[in-house]
Amino acid sequence: MNSPNLEDMGCGTSSATKDKKSEKALKAALVIQNWYRGYRARLKTRQRYALTIFQSIEYADEQGQLQLSNFFSFMLENYTHVQEKEPGLVTRLFGSSIQDKDRQDYLELIEIPDSYCGPRLQFPLTFTDIDLLIEAFKQQQILHAYYVLEVLFETKKVLQQMPNFTHTNTSPSKEITICDRGKNSMEILMILFVSFLVYPNDLHLNRGNHEDFMMNMRYGFTKEILHKYKLHGKKILQILEEVYTWLPIGTIIDNEVLVIHGGISESTDLNLLHRIERNKMRSVLMPPIPMDGDRAEKKNKLGTTTVAQGIRTSGSFSEQLTKQEWEQVIDILWSDPRGKRGCYPNTNRGGGCYFGPDITSKILNKYQLKILVRSHECKPEGYEICHDGKVITVFSASNYYEEGSNRGAYIRMSSGTTPRFFQYQITKATCLRPLYQRVNAIESSAIRMLKERMISRKTDLIRAFQLQDRNKSGKLSMGQWAFSMENVLGLNLPWRSLSSHLVTTDKDGNIDYMSGFQDVHIQKPVKEVQSTLIETVYRYRSDLQIIFNIIDSDHSGLISMEEFRSMWKLFKSHYSVHIDDSQFDELAERMDLNKDGSIDFNEFLKAFYVVHKFDQLTKSDTKLA
Amino acid sequence: MADDRDRDEIAVAEFHKKIKEAFEVFDHESNNTVDVREVGTIIRSLGCCPSEGELHDLIAEVEEEEPTGYIRFEKFLPVMTEVLLERRYRPIPEDILLRAFEVLDPAKRGFLSKDELIKYMTEEGEPFSQEEMEEMLSAAIDPESNSVLYKDYITMMVIDEN
Repeated sequence: MNSPNLEDMGCGTSSATKDKKSEKALKAALVIQNWYRGYRARLKTRQRYALTIFQSIEYADEQGQLQLSNFFSFMLENYTHVQEKEPGLVTRLFGSSIQDKDRQDYLELIEIPDSYCGPRLQFPLTFTDIDLLIEAFKQQQILHAYYVLEVLFETKKVLQQMPNFTHTNTSPSKEITICDRGKNSMEILMILFVSFLVYPNDLHLNRGNHEDFMMNMRYGFTKEILHKYKLHGKKILQILEEVYTWLPIGTIIDNEVLVIHGGISESTDLNLLHRIERNKMRSVLMPPIPMDGDRAEKKNKLGTTTVAQGIRTSGSFSEQLTKQEWEQVIDILWSDPRGKRGCYPNTNRGGGCYFGPDITSKILNKYQLKILVRSHECKPEGYEICHDGKVITVFSASNYYEEGSNRGAYIRMSSGTTPRFFQYQITKATCLRPLYQRVNAIESSAIRMLKERMISRKTDLIRAFQLQDRNKSGKLSMGQWAFSMENVLGLNLPWRSLSSHLVTTDKDGNIDYMSGFQDVHIQKPVKEVQSTLIETVYRYRSDLQIIFNIIDSDHSGLISMEEFRSMWKLFKSHYSVHIDDSQFDELAERMDLNKDGSIDFNEFLKAFYVVHKFDQLTKSDTKLA
Repeated sequence: MADDRDRDEIAVAEFHKKIKEAFEVFDHESNNTVDVREVGTIIRSLGCCPSEGELHDLIAEVEEEEPTGYIRFEKFLPVMTEVLLERRYRPIPEDILLRAFEVLDPAKRGFLSKDELIKYMTEEGEPFSQEEMEEMLSAAIDPESNSVLYKDYITMMVIDEN
């Protein structure tokens, strides 16, 4: 690239020694530069790998949701059967929520004590309230439930007036996933909603895939709320669920730019989406029940005797979207753009699809639009442009997976000019730390998460390894090991490159496969129980968390031992888990979480965690796993 | 003889898989192409240390007739396999690196001042970009003396890589 001119070296006088010295200096500089570039590239690669790990696991989890969703469908479809065996269980699972107390009634019951020194909002809200909140949250204060509810009620009221797609003209545009990560989601939500109430025509909120009460259960928002608002948390959750359903599906700017959360599919029908009753979309995990005439009749025949009060399936199917409508919304919330042409199921996430540049052109042209702006995927630089400039991904949460994992960005658009991107990375600490430290941090976090994944599939992995290990040497070739890992874990990761972090390799390049399980193990809450059971509960704990949370409709944290057992039996059969029922009983008994016939399921699930041998002081706070 | 060939084939197959893995991590669109600006990173991640000039030549080999800004896997694979088989662009051993720093520090002080490092790195050889310079400084500079204690620096980097 640059051929240094030897004459320019040195300081003018061309004595032989000076030239020789300069030549040596040149060579030395080249060596250092070469080495540094190699080192830097390897750092960047490690950073990329870490991100890939985080992303793969996140998507695999989302895919797991599909299984959970199927499970719920299975339960709904076999309702009568289940109802006979476990009366009341399905009602608890799918019955509509508690009494719909009137807003005024409910608010009047809440008292704000004089001792409350948090922020106090004044309705109608103004920008001073926004400032007030931001300042208060910076000081780690918590907004009183009374105000939270007021904001939510008001937000719901305003959103209900809005169409499925808001039309607006050029103004700064931002696409965001609102909540579900980190511990301050509630505060961010409040700032957003209050800002929205102050500037309803200038701030447009669209629904994302995590604005979903079931997703919240899985990813921690539900827990955050119940923890911060012990008294009124349940009501807050109830109203929040409704607010989510009223969030518009998208925004159209200048009749040219379509802003939605995920993406599109080849069958995306904006006219249909404009028309549907969007608030009927409760959760991605609750697909509409099939409506063939047969089934409807069967259900009606059962009459009121078996159909319990409040269950959504009773009577009108008008409470839900049609299958087609539901799928259209899922596509909008869950799809991802890809380079490959065409449209095919998004197997990574288990919902929505992958759409190619031809699909983008087709749909944009169909509705005379020019650009699609969306979010949904974390990008290292905070944003990414693809499909020939027609699709822009904006991701505003910096350090999404871990400190240093990525930058955040937002776009500024004005009509007629190209969009401008603004990037940032929050936390001063991140910006000041040298690259290698940041990379080390996210790398160890990612590897840790991956090891936990491995340990949760230990039995299956060992079986796969042993199948290939004919002479029972305890060793496999790199190819064999990588193959088994991918086969069992299905994460589509660069196993060869990651192997040095996960297992030990001997001088012949062969892998000691058991070494992958050496410094990690799942804490056994009770010694006498089989490892496979422990492993299974650990592996499915997110799903079990959701299921238990739903059964626990009054959010007490307790469900009956009977329900616990029944749930486990159903779960077992649907997920093809081969564990003796008695083992499970024994586990629950021995853990002595039985409080008068009820079980504290949060305590139960918390007892299953992974221990890393080389952890110093604190346990890992696994955010996603 | 046949054994040797089998072994070679296996080696090549493994190289192929390794190259594929490294490539795929940067293939954001999952369409078997990567941005040409990331090719250097990929090659280096596979353990090779080409100079900027050598990298330039390699890119020319894998680019399309009419450069599109993207490199296709089909073109990258055979070229990269050759590079690995021939063990080209071997990384620099630690002791050579140390000697390079010592050349730039003829007075044998054991360090380079921040300005000296900047001057050498941005004016000599294949100059650093501003970003590269800033990044190197952030890790190399000892805050107390505001200089680069190169021996410690090298040791730290080597430990980090292993």
